[in-house]
Amino acid sequence: MTDVSEFDDIPGTTLFTAQRSRKGYWLNQFCMSLMRAENRERFKADERAYLDEWPMTEAQKQAVLARDYNACIAEGGNIYFLAKIFATDGKSYQYAAGTMTGMTQEEYAEMMLRGGRSIEGARSIKEGR
Amino acid sequence: MARISAGVTSSHVPAIAAAWDQGRADDDYWRPIFAGFEWSKRWIAENMPDVVVLVYNDHASAFSLELIPTFAIGCADRFEIADEGYGPRPVPAVEGHADLAWHIAQSTILDEFDMTIINRLDVDHGLTVPLTLMFGQPEAWPTRIIPIAVNVVQYPPPTGNRCFLLGQAIRRAVESYPEDLNVHVWGTGGMSHQLQGPRAGLINREFDTAFLDRLTTDPEALRKMPHIEYVREAGSEAIELVMWLVMRGALGDHAKELYRFYHVPTSNTALGHIVLEPTS
Ligand SMILES: [Fe+2]
Repeated sequence: MTDVSEFDDIPGTTLFTAQRSRKGYWLNQFCMSLMRAENRERFKADERAYLDEWPMTEAQKQAVLARDYNACIAEGGNIYFLAKIFATDGKSYQYAAGTMTGMTQEEYAEMMLRGGRSIEGARSIKEGR
Repeated sequence: MARISAGVTSSHVPAIAAAWDQGRADDDYWRPIFAGFEWSKRWIAENMPDVVVLVYNDHASAFSLELIPTFAIGCADRFEIADEGYGPRPVPAVEGHADLAWHIAQSTILDEFDMTIINRLDVDHGLTVPLTLMFGQPEAWPTRIIPIAVNVVQYPPPTGNRCFLLGQAIRRAVESYPEDLNVHVWGTGGMSHQLQGPRAGLINREFDTAFLDRLTTDPEALRKMPHIEYVREAGSEAIELVMWLVMRGALGDHAKELYRFYHVPTSNTALGHIVLEPTS
């Protein structure tokens, strides 16, 4: 058995392990459906009704409705699948990534222009480095 | 006989596609990024491959969670451009090389790599962004492409060593193909980036620089790097860098660096690009 516990030692990071993939299966499959223009239209017309067609948990649906991407990831979502939601909204990866950091969009863009988030202190929770 | 004459790697940041397709390539933000490929565009125009074996990952475009192949090879004559949620990119469809692709599939499978064969594959930004960076906006892409899709989304992705070994097997396959073809192997994705969670925006220039250096000075060390080191040091999505090792494995023991470009930021990502030539 692969030891994946070290993956959970990285601060502010969720890796898409088997367990998360199983939890997020329908959330991610819902996201895939937004690859089709007609589904994007139906979703935009009535998000709740569209979500109710999928066997997703209420927490997953609420996370999508709120566009709370950290919550989506906690519910088993994967960023490349969630991208179909913010693409439907006409938003970019940078926008979505920024929303997950607690920074404003401007602050996040500014951080990237200054060379991005530093690795110092961001490597390990256990080791505090 | 067919031969592998060069290896190219490039990040495949989707924002590059958006900037190019929407005519923003000349903006202050994007100009230095496209300028970083000017040398490579001139170089490839003079060294045009007949076929590029293009190693990339699908980003939940062709493959959902229903089917997750670890290594898959596109054996079709033609690959359409995927609609990733914004509508398909306005770029030419990709022409494959079915005969060489099937040859590589057969050769690598008998070489004990369990490849998945794909006859229908809509290709996403992972494959088309490097084409845009290297070729701009032609009427048709000037080379044929054999897509090799690597799973780097669902854990566990293949190890870096396994990717390197696959590269070696691709080299054996290409060198046993009877037609005289000039073949490139490209690795795409990376470099440091994290697109999710409170650590999003991570960039590790030191890690990236060492990775670029080691492609020529110490590929053996890169082969041994475990997944945790990629993601801890360079961000959750930096795991894409294992795909660069397919390229490196395909070049043989020794390679020479012809060109390198590194730029921060490209949206959330450190863009890395290198051109290598086998020397053994
Ligand atoms: Fe990617």
